Amino acid sequence: MRSAFRFLRIRSGAIGLAVVVLVVAVAFLGRYIAPHDPSAPVGTPLAGPSSAAHLGTDFLGRDVLSRLLYGGRSVIGLAAAATALGYVVGLAIGLIAGYTRSKLDPLLMRTVDVMLAFPPLLFLLVLITGAGTGVGVLVVGVAAIQAPGISRIVRTATLEVSVRGYVEAAIARGERAGAVVVREVLPNILAPVLVDAGLRFTYSILIIASVNYLGLGLQPPSSDWALMISENREYISLNIWAVLAPAAMIALLTIGVNLMGDAIARSLGRSYVPRTARSVVA
Amino acid sequence: MTTVAEPRRETREASPVLAFLGRRILGAIAALFVASLLIFAGTAILPGDAASVVLGRGATPQAVKELDQRLNLDRPLVEQYTTWLGGLVHGDLGDSSVGLAQGAKEAPIWDIISSPVKNSVILALVTALLMIPLSLGLGALAAVFAGRTVDHAISIGSLAAIALPEFVIGSLLIGVFFVWLDVLPPVALIPPGDNPLSDPTKLVLPVATLLLASLAAGIRMVRAGMVEVLQTEYVQTARLNGLAERWVLWRYAMRNALAPSVQVLAQNLQWLIGGIIITENVFAYPGIGSTLVTAVGNRDTTLVQSVAMLIAVVYIMVNLVADLIVMLLVPKLREPA
Repeated sequence: MRSAFRFLRIRSGAIGLAVVVLVVAVAFLGRYIAPHDPSAPVGTPLAGPSSAAHLGTDFLGRDVLSRLLYGGRSVIGLAAAATALGYVVGLAIGLIAGYTRSKLDPLLMRTVDVMLAFPPLLFLLVLITGAGTGVGVLVVGVAAIQAPGISRIVRTATLEVSVRGYVEAAIARGERAGAVVVREVLPNILAPVLVDAGLRFTYSILIIASVNYLGLGLQPPSSDWALMISENREYISLNIWAVLAPAAMIALLTIGVNLMGDAIARSLGRSYVPRTARSVVA
Repeated sequence: MTTVAEPRRETREASPVLAFLGRRILGAIAALFVASLLIFAGTAILPGDAASVVLGRGATPQAVKELDQRLNLDRPLVEQYTTWLGGLVHGDLGDSSVGLAQGAKEAPIWDIISSPVKNSVILALVTALLMIPLSLGLGALAAVFAGRTVDHAISIGSLAAIALPEFVIGSLLIGVFFVWLDVLPPVALIPPGDNPLSDPTKLVLPVATLLLASLAAGIRMVRAGMVEVLQTEYVQTARLNGLAERWVLWRYAMRNALAPSVQVLAQNLQWLIGGIIITENVFAYPGIGSTLVTAVGNRDTTLVQSVAMLIAVVYIMVNLVADLIVMLLVPKLREPA
């Protein structure tokens, strides 16, 4: 496990981790130090920064700082939930495809290929048209986008591991397939499979924030960084902080996770291709 | 389908290129078919029926029934799907369900989207035309100065830009160029019927947003390819032969870094399709992305289905064409038949 933290020796990796910890702390603990109710007006709309509202007020006169302190949990929480769900599904499909090597394997993998050829944002928009806007749709939709890529990586790792001596020994002992997969295969593929978890998480953040920004995810009056940007975008010349502050938080979060991903990949001696931040699905 | 498969089998020995072509085209057709299934299923899993959602809660049962009939929603799902797909194949995108719900006799989707499609194509083309030389140029620059300040600046800048969602980049650009410097307009509203190119200042920020979001990958790929090539023996030999450095770069290094770049540029074009949906909304640019998002918000199922299918076709075609170009450029990459 110690090797997992080797990336901290790379300066950008340590900076990335520090930034991510800071943003996550603001997102989850900020609400306890927020000066105002995030959904109650505290002054005239779109007023500039003052001692009462340090980042000014938004288009409904709500305190921007308080909304900022409340608005991070949704995007980080939803992205984490979607990524985790994607891993559950992807692990199941990948393990079955890789371990059984049955007729199911090529069928599953061709399905994955075809799924990967479909633009992810478009998939999500189509799903929202059918199922309506809602937190559940968002999480399931993003998990469905992530699962094919994950299952492909799991399958490759499983194929490699399932011919090792210890797996064959377990099969020879007469253990059932389920036990072999859970006790022998799973622990040994987890490390390589989780290497790109950070990037998938970033991708989930990007796409969930984008859908929220388009007004098709979380609905007002939720405090959400992306929603804050789109709500106040029209009035940017009146109180620029109502747009810039949430934009800066999202920027810090995604850049921090990317710096970490870069450092982790380098510490493992792999070349980091940043495009995976957006196209991890591929 | 058999007509595509036939030449593949016959020419497998003779021409691996044709075999590859056949396989890729079959793959693309399969992908399109699955895309159509996904799009149809995605919009049809609606709880309740589309007509009452479009009409709203106050709709009379009579009106819902009429709209159901008009949209074929009273037929079995399979028939709805084949009717829709059959229409698409013949170039008929159908009618907008919201348009019909508002009482219009007909609301052809093509009439609604033809002008936005044109605007989006212009936006994408302008971006793509700038993207190619910029990613090649900046990537080569970073490679030539590998390890020095210029390289670090380009690497860090591209890593930061790629991490940001388009709407954050767009908002930051608006903050700088409209609120702070006040030199560029914050919205790109194009009056209907106008050519977006007639007022280029409106296009600057949308194009810059798309470029910032998509350049990084290209730059890093070109840089990696160039760094590798610059260390090869034939480049060393060329240098030792006394060739001018510029000539070495252009004639020897660039050429060999180009092939992987084509792939990245194709992937960038694919992103551009996703990025355009969001960027158009940031700048209120009247393109297909804005139209799509409005339609999703209105639950205009038929419009979303047809527009999504159009975008999927473009997406899959870009991928196909890029694969073919790369294969022609680099014989090494041709899969063993």
